[in-house]
Amino acid sequence: MQYMALIYAAEDADDVDLNTLIQQYTEFGEKAAAAGVLVDDGNALQPVSTATTVRLRNGKAEITDGPFAETKEQLGGYYILDCDTLDTALHWAAQIPSARYGSIEVRPVMQFD
Amino acid sequence: MTSKVRQTDLARLYRAKSGRILAYLVAQCGDIQLAEDALQDAFIKATTDWSVGTLPDTPEAWLITTAKRNLVDVWRQQQRHQTLQQQFAIDSLDSATSDEAQQEIPDERLKLIFTCCHPALNRAAQVALTLKTLCGLNPREIARAYLVSETAMQQRLVRAKQKIRAAGIAYAVPSGEDLPTRLASVLAVIYLIYNESHTAFEGQTLSRTDLANEALRLAHLVCQLLPHPEANGLLALMTLHQARQQARQSAKGAYVPLAEQDRQQWDQTQIAKGRTRLIGALSQGNPGPYQLEAAISAVHCEADSWHTTDWHQIVRLYQRLYELVPSPVVKLNELVAAAQIVPVNDILKQLVQLESALEDYQPFHAARADLSARAGQPEQARRDYQNAIRLSRNQVEKAYLQLKLTQL
Repeated sequence: MQYMALIYAAEDADDVDLNTLIQQYTEFGEKAAAAGVLVDDGNALQPVSTATTVRLRNGKAEITDGPFAETKEQLGGYYILDCDTLDTALHWAAQIPSARYGSIEVRPVMQFD
Repeated sequence: MTSKVRQTDLARLYRAKSGRILAYLVAQCGDIQLAEDALQDAFIKATTDWSVGTLPDTPEAWLITTAKRNLVDVWRQQQRHQTLQQQFAIDSLDSATSDEAQQEIPDERLKLIFTCCHPALNRAAQVALTLKTLCGLNPREIARAYLVSETAMQQRLVRAKQKIRAAGIAYAVPSGEDLPTRLASVLAVIYLIYNESHTAFEGQTLSRTDLANEALRLAHLVCQLLPHPEANGLLALMTLHQARQQARQSAKGAYVPLAEQDRQQWDQTQIAKGRTRLIGALSQGNPGPYQLEAAISAVHCEADSWHTTDWHQIVRLYQRLYELVPSPVVKLNELVAAAQIVPVNDILKQLVQLESALEDYQPFHAARADLSARAGQPEQARRDYQNAIRLSRNQVEKAYLQLKLTQL
C-alpha cells in the first residue's frame, strides 16, 4: 500500500531558518529512503501567491489568480505535470475530469539549484 | 540642436519609447524585472551623459545598446549560476550591441501585453502592470489614479512580476485556440483603463484625459499588431465615446446625460473614424460584444436628437449582446432603451426581476428612479435616487443625481 503525505503549514510559520529546514528535510529524506518507505523524493511547492486555478465550465477554461476558493472542495489527489509554460500546464489541468465541476489549483514545484 | 537635454524631454522620450524598448529587452532576456532595471539604468546614464553632451542621433538605439550592456553586466556577475543556454544568449547579446543603430528593432509589445494581461494575474495587477510596462507610467502616477498608496502599488507590481517568473507565464502571443479568451482579457484591461478615465479624481498628476489617451494608444497598438474584429470593435467603441466626451460635461463641470447633450458639440470627425473602423470590423462577420456595443454607440451618434434615435435598432442590438453576454447589466440597458418605445409601467415590472442581482449597481437605481418619475411614482423615484447617490463614487455624478432628486 502507498500513502501520500501532503504537507500543510502556514507559509510564514517556519520555526527555523531556511538552511536548517532544508537540512532537516534532507535528513528526513535520507532516513526514510534508507528505511525503504520513500516512493519518490517528494516536492516542495512555490508559495501560494504563484497559484493559478482553472475550472472548466460550459466547455471553456476559466482561469483565475490565486488558490481555489470553495471551502467545501477538499484536496482529493494530484498530478505532477511537466510543461514548459503555465499556459501548457493550464491546458492539461483543464482536461482533468474534475475540472468540469471542481477546481484545479496549479502551482509550480520549487526548484533547488 | 541644443547642448543641454532637459529633464522634461527625457520624461517625454521615456513615455513615448520605453514600452517598445522594454518589450524588446524582455524578448532578449525573458524577464520583465531584469529588463526594467537595465532600461532604468540606461535612462539614468542618459540623464548625465546627455546633459553634458549632445543628444545622440538615434536616442532609442543608444538606450537599447546601453540597456543591453547593462543586461550583459548583470549576467556576467551571476556567471557561475548560468546554464549553457544563458551563456550563449550573453555572447549573442554582446556581439549584437555594436551594430544596433543600423537595425530596426522588432516590435515585441504584443507579447508583453499578453503577458501583463494573463488571466493568471488578478485584474488590478493586470491594469497596473500594463500601465507601467507598456505606457511607461511610474508607480506613483498609477497609485494616484487608482487611489492606493504608492507602497501598495509597488508591492502589487512586484508580486505580479514575481508570479510571472515563478509560475512560468510565457512571454508570447497565445496560440490558436487560446487566442480569443486571452485577447478578451487584454481588451477588458484596456476598456477598464478607459472607463476609469470617466471617474473624477482630485489633485493628481495623471488626468482623466491621460488615462483615456493611454487606453486609446493601447487599443491602437493591439489593432495594429493583431487586427482582430473585437480589437477593432473596442477601438471603435472608445473612439465613439470619446467623440461625445466634450458634451458629457457642462461649462460648469456638471454631468450632462445623453438625452440632454448638445449634439453640436459631438466631434463628427471622430464619429466618422469610429464608424469606419466598426464597419470594417463587422464586415468580417464575427460580431462580438465590443462590436455590438460600438454599434449601439454608433446608432446614438447618428441621431439628430434623443427623440429621433432608432430605439428599435438599439433594443435589437442589446438583445443580440445579451445572447453573447447574458448579464443583468446588459438586460438593464435593453429595458431602459425599450422604455422609449413600450409603456414605462411594463418596463418597471420587468425591472423587478433584476433588483436582487443589481442591488449594488448604481445605474440600476438611477434608471429606475427616472422611469418611476415618468410613471408618476415619486415615492419610488425618491428611494431609488437616494440609493443611487449612496452608491455613486463620482462627485460629478452625485451632484447630478442630487439635482434630479430635488426636481421630483
